[in-house]
Amino acid sequence: YFTMLNLTSASASFQACQSEKHLGQFYTLPSAHFRPLFPHGLPYRYQQQVKTFNEACFMVRPPALEVISYLKKADYSKPALRYLFYGVKGSGKTMSLCHAVHFCYTQGWVVLHIPDAHLWVKNCKELLPSSYNSARFDQPLQATTWLRNFRTTNEHLLSQIKTKRRYVWTKRESTDEGRPLGELVNQGISRVKSSSDVVGALMKDLRLQSSQPGADFRLVVAVDGVNALWGRSTIKKENKSAVDLEELTLIHNLKKLMKNDWTGGAIITTLSQTGSLYTPKSAYLPQELLGETGFDSMDPFIPVSVPNYSEKEFESAYLYYLDRKWLQHPQSRTEDGKKELSFLSSKNPSMLDRICGFL
Amino acid sequence: MAASCVRTVGSFLGKCGNCSSSLNTVTSQLSRQVLSRQICVSTALKKNLAAGGPEKFTVEFIQKQVEEFDIGKRHLANMMGEDPENFTQEDIDRSIAYLFPSGLFEKKARPLMKHPEEIFPKQRAVQWGADGRPFHFLFYTGKQSYYSLMHKLYSKILNIEKHQDRMRAKGLFSQDTKEISLDTSRWLTKEELEVLLVETISSNNYDRFIQLMERLLSMPYCNMEEEFVLHYRRPLEARSKKQMVPVPERDDKGVAFSTSDGRRKTSNSSVVLRDCGSGRITVNGQEYLHYFPVLQDREQLMFPLQFMGLLGRFDLQCTVSGGGRSSQAGALRLAISRALLSFLSEGEQETMRQAGLLTPDPRVRERKKPGQEGARRKFTWKKR
Repeated sequence: YFTMLNLTSASASFQACQSEKHLGQFYTLPSAHFRPLFPHGLPYRYQQQVKTFNEACFMVRPPALEVISYLKKADYSKPALRYLFYGVKGSGKTMSLCHAVHFCYTQGWVVLHIPDAHLWVKNCKELLPSSYNSARFDQPLQATTWLRNFRTTNEHLLSQIKTKRRYVWTKRESTDEGRPLGELVNQGISRVKSSSDVVGALMKDLRLQSSQPGADFRLVVAVDGVNALWGRSTIKKENKSAVDLEELTLIHNLKKLMKNDWTGGAIITTLSQTGSLYTPKSAYLPQELLGETGFDSMDPFIPVSVPNYSEKEFESAYLYYLDRKWLQHPQSRTEDGKKELSFLSSKNPSMLDRICGFL
Repeated sequence: MAASCVRTVGSFLGKCGNCSSSLNTVTSQLSRQVLSRQICVSTALKKNLAAGGPEKFTVEFIQKQVEEFDIGKRHLANMMGEDPENFTQEDIDRSIAYLFPSGLFEKKARPLMKHPEEIFPKQRAVQWGADGRPFHFLFYTGKQSYYSLMHKLYSKILNIEKHQDRMRAKGLFSQDTKEISLDTSRWLTKEELEVLLVETISSNNYDRFIQLMERLLSMPYCNMEEEFVLHYRRPLEARSKKQMVPVPERDDKGVAFSTSDGRRKTSNSSVVLRDCGSGRITVNGQEYLHYFPVLQDREQLMFPLQFMGLLGRFDLQCTVSGGGRSSQAGALRLAISRALLSFLSEGEQETMRQAGLLTPDPRVRERKKPGQEGARRKFTWKKR
């Protein structure tokens, strides 16, 4: 069941890997792809695992495969399709998202990957009133970090795409039409105060450009923890009243992106209960986590459920750990040990990872 | 006795009344001392109640109590409208519980009406007659009943040997006579023997007694004294109580399943164990991983199945309530092991029992006592 499929930089062989024959098998990401693609966006434990094993391996699983097949067949002159990964905690939603994002990256799309929307609605240390719209609030720190990561991901494409409009930041600074997007991004990183506005401008520009029939790139918007956009926030204003989500620039712009009024791309999202605020622990269905407003705005979308490992997948993961010599305990190498692991983790990927962590 | 002292001293002084004044002062001093000693002695004469030992009941007193008990029993039977002649001890207990209902937790503190033999501890009647001569010939050994018992035993041994010699002389000696069955009984303990003999015995004496009994039993023809020997043995309780094995039923699809309960601390649980192929577990309708996020609880649940090597075979459907996280896990474990019994053979059931999977854990929360902060913790001790 378990074979390591070696992936070369040629996208053809990569596409060959993404068929149903390879369900349950692992494929390695070449390190050339890994560093730019995922400066952010992977679960923390997985990042540690990558560092330990010195390689990034994804398991080919049905939810990700489904989304990739839709992406291949979709008509990009129609409005963007929205895909939503949902499942119990630790079942692999973020990993499936990253898998799909990697696929898009190999196709040469522009990747707009927001690692966790929940990070933008809580624990904000600096809140500035927006320069563009005085009713709203800016989050300079989060915006700058995100812009930096965006730049690492899309280095090669930023110089090719040009801005379509003129943006005025302050009295002295402005970005003209026709400048490469890279300049816009650098502007945002260097001028911290206007970084959130830069983010908004970037999103608007990319949206407009990909909708045009003559565009030579496609846009994929990958948001993890999309239910944060319609939940509540814990950020407080100075007078201790809670900040409404509409008052945050980043969230506002992101919501505009999520509306499927643009063409030439796809929106892939995941729900996340772990980071979400004021939701019960047992909620994992879209309706519960998105809330009414969220559901209505996301409607219509394609829900993709991410279940726990099946028998085959569990065996494959177990063999992978064995192969990497991660399971040191002699008992874990026996058949009984495998049954024990399957029982204790009840085939949940993150639980299995945690248990194997100390074996 | 003090008065006689005074008198003797007084008479002595009176006799030597011609003595000098020094004597007088001596006598006055003496008398003063005697007087003061009288006070002390009289206080010392007051009985030290605790030093006397347990209360001594005279035989007449006990007899009176027995008569009173019988009369009271008849009155009670009349009160309850039952037959006074056939009024047993159980009826007495029932009537007392009815007439004097008590909510006390300690059973021994509740109202009690029993025969005086059971209430008053057995005591020796006076062992000597009016002339001061003891009745028993072994009285001056100190442990008369013990030594008389040993003598009796030895005489029985001699009897048996004589019988053996007679049989041998007649030529009818046979080794394979009926043995006394000793499997289901045990010897009296030292405490029980003391109660029987109404006197204290040292452990050496007890060992000697047991040795002599064993010697009696080692000889053939000991079944002559079977009744005597069995009098000094107590039956063993049936230790191997058969565990109630839940009966496996078949439900609609022909899947064999069994139900059982388990309890620990304050949690109650019930488990339905189905013999399907998968290893799915549902607790209270929720996912097992969701209900027990801690690895320790899941390990507890896994233990019975893993021990017998039947991990992937069963489907569990559990309900649990009460208690905390750990106690719920313990209750479920007990219920699972009980339900598993019906699918196992005898030998495997025995291994489960020895592994301790089937014993309900008797540990309950200990009561907090007054004067202490908790069940065991005392208040901080301050030197001053």
